[in-house]
Amino acid sequence: MDSANTRGGAPPVPVSITLTVNGREHRLDIDTRASLLDVLRERLGLTGAKKGCDHGQCGACTVLLDGRRANSCLALAVANDGAEVTTVEGLAEAAGAAGEGGLSPIQEAFVERDALQCGYCTPGQLCSATGMLAEAAEGWPSFVTEDLAAEPPALDDAEIRERMSGNLCRCGAYVNIVAAVREVGA
Amino acid sequence: MRPFTYERADSVDDAVALHGEQTRYLGGGTNLVDLMRLGVEQPDRLVDVTRLPYDQITVAPDGGLLIGATVRNSDLAVSWSVRQTHPLLSQAVLAGASGQIRNQATVGGNLLQRTRCSYFQDITKPCNKRDPGSGCPARKGENHNMAIFGHSTACVATHPSDMAVALAALDASVHVHSREGKRVLPLSDFYRFPKDDPSRDTVLKPGELITEVEVPPLGMPSSYRKVRERASFAFALVSIAGALKVEDGVVQDCRIALGGVAHKPWRAHRAEEMLRGVAATKENYLRAADAELESAHPLRENGYKIPLARNLIVRTMLSLGEGA
Repeated sequence: MDSANTRGGAPPVPVSITLTVNGREHRLDIDTRASLLDVLRERLGLTGAKKGCDHGQCGACTVLLDGRRANSCLALAVANDGAEVTTVEGLAEAAGAAGEGGLSPIQEAFVERDALQCGYCTPGQLCSATGMLAEAAEGWPSFVTEDLAAEPPALDDAEIRERMSGNLCRCGAYVNIVAAVREVGA
Repeated sequence: MRPFTYERADSVDDAVALHGEQTRYLGGGTNLVDLMRLGVEQPDRLVDVTRLPYDQITVAPDGGLLIGATVRNSDLAVSWSVRQTHPLLSQAVLAGASGQIRNQATVGGNLLQRTRCSYFQDITKPCNKRDPGSGCPARKGENHNMAIFGHSTACVATHPSDMAVALAALDASVHVHSREGKRVLPLSDFYRFPKDDPSRDTVLKPGELITEVEVPPLGMPSSYRKVRERASFAFALVSIAGALKVEDGVVQDCRIALGGVAHKPWRAHRAEEMLRGVAATKENYLRAADAELESAHPLRENGYKIPLARNLIVRTMLSLGEGA
């Protein structure tokens, strides 16, 4: 693993896990130190999820873990044995839009609204927005929701910005990201 | 990262039996895995406690809550019962971290997260919390984020949890298990001041495992406010968990706990005492806030936290009083 500190001579600890990624089951022999992100990128070749900060601060590694958005850089693969993972590569299929050029509604909206510049944060933005829209549909409030005991308000810009704050975009495409999410969340 | 073995505990007895000298319990891992990557934590064994049967929130007949330690932060925050009876707790959890991290982090792990003091997180720097006896560069260094109450020459770090601030205001208690059995600790005694041993954040003994958090009923309006350097996904400069009961213009009861100001959630007992039984006026809120802040000892860069805390106390009490 990166920044390996193996001083002290303790040997790596191998373990076997099973992950279902984008509907396909994989049996993997890994090191206990492996993050879910590293397993996705380096073992399964799914390089959509990005390693931005590797500290849970940027959101570029966001995937859906058992249906909920999560930072795959902070998730130890071994602790997620048996989990179902959806990465950006599987978003279209999960939304029933598989096939050539098939896109999920949020992917479609990002393209339409030009919600990116360099694109590095985009896979994380897309997975996070997908998870966030599901949370909102379940009635989850946010910190900017005025009355927690009332029905949560529609996803206005303030709600979207608060709920998407775990995903940074250093190109500053936020205005169009908010517009894309608003369109799908409406 | 140093290699470690991984065990998954199926029961509390199993978990505490698996705990050895260089063991850490693993919840969501959102802080621990990061600290391991930074080299701050170097366990040789992780005991995963996320599948223990403590993933429920139970509402007691009197309106109190029993919150399992493996409940995810999101599930606590969005719980309909919590939102109705203890909205400040829901708000405090929603004020913390990001949507992704709240989905991963557990209640027990939230309580035990470590300070985000940049010196603590940087293994090339001295830090009495990480490396006892090495010194505290924060005391005279970059300390705009550090404590104004209860710090020592050994450590000026703050506790980072928002949830714990709400729990402090709520008089919560923490249920912990060990090989010796179970004990219940009031949250006010759970966290420590740094004194001459900042390496210990809490009074937990090695191997003790948090299983539940007990929250008594509240029965008055409450809210959580947080001031930070950006609008979202940042730790508090100062935060407040407040509750207020006003009848006929007089304060019957109130709770005030501050975050971002000390090594533990700072319960403003002095301000609370001054407010009980007096008129619910801005003047009295100001007087109580000033009295509380008399015991503050700001460092070179964080004197701003005093007016910030004062204004937060007054604003929170005024807005809670308006609903009365």
